[in-house]
Amino acid sequence: MLIKDIKNLLDAKFLSGEEYSDREVCGAFGCDLMSDVLAFVEDKILLLTGLTNPQVIRTAEMLDINAIVFVRGKIPPEEVIEMAREMEIALLATNHTLYTSCGILYGSGLKGISIGGI
Amino acid sequence: MDLKDKNKGIKLEYEVIKEDFGRAGEASSGIKKVLRQLGIDSGIIRRVAIATYEAEINIVIHSEGGKIIVHIKPDKIEITAKDYGPGIKDIDLAMQKGFSTASHKVRELGFGAGMGLPNMKRSSDEFFIESEVDKGTTVKMIINL
Repeated sequence: MLIKDIKNLLDAKFLSGEEYSDREVCGAFGCDLMSDVLAFVEDKILLLTGLTNPQVIRTAEMLDINAIVFVRGKIPPEEVIEMAREMEIALLATNHTLYTSCGILYGSGLKGISIGGI
Repeated sequence: MDLKDKNKGIKLEYEVIKEDFGRAGEASSGIKKVLRQLGIDSGIIRRVAIATYEAEINIVIHSEGGKIIVHIKPDKIEITAKDYGPGIKDIDLAMQKGFSTASHKVRELGFGAGMGLPNMKRSSDEFFIESEVDKGTTVKMIINL
């Protein structure tokens, strides 16, 4: 799914990285526990989260995650947006909750990741 | 950061400061950039990134401070994460997935899921940990190239 499609589906706005609208992600992961993201994420995945601290960007950097959606209307501080800009990570923000955002994307065909063969 | 060019590899060393959440991850980010410049396989880079980042966060969250040393050799990458205390009383318990001694404040930052050490072990081909209460903890990981 392309990032611009995700933006439209979630009624989201770009906080940074609008130039990466045509990037593709092959799955998504909704999570607020960074160590779980590190444990389970492998591919070009979209991360959905309500956490807005710099460590979200660092975790994304470590795993080559190139797009993050902040849910529940959360907007990270400017320093975090700037960090993402430097690392070429697209940041979006939506007012939908994590549950609804995940449901919308899943219902539109964006799969989650498999854990333990499930 | 200290960069020494040895005959048989490159050594990177970073100090990690206790409770410095603003800068946590900088060492791992720097290491990742060097590995990319060296043209190392992206799958290996990912494993090193996870191992060093989890180690770095552990030092920030749980210790009095420490350092991360990465030794890039022709056939393997050796990562050593060493801290100055307080040491781990029960290593087996610490290695259990989901077990964490992280404070409430740390959990609010998204950490403390209790996956740090298990993630480090999973990312490496060889994993060693030793610790002494009141002295410190050393984790050594080897990732084969």
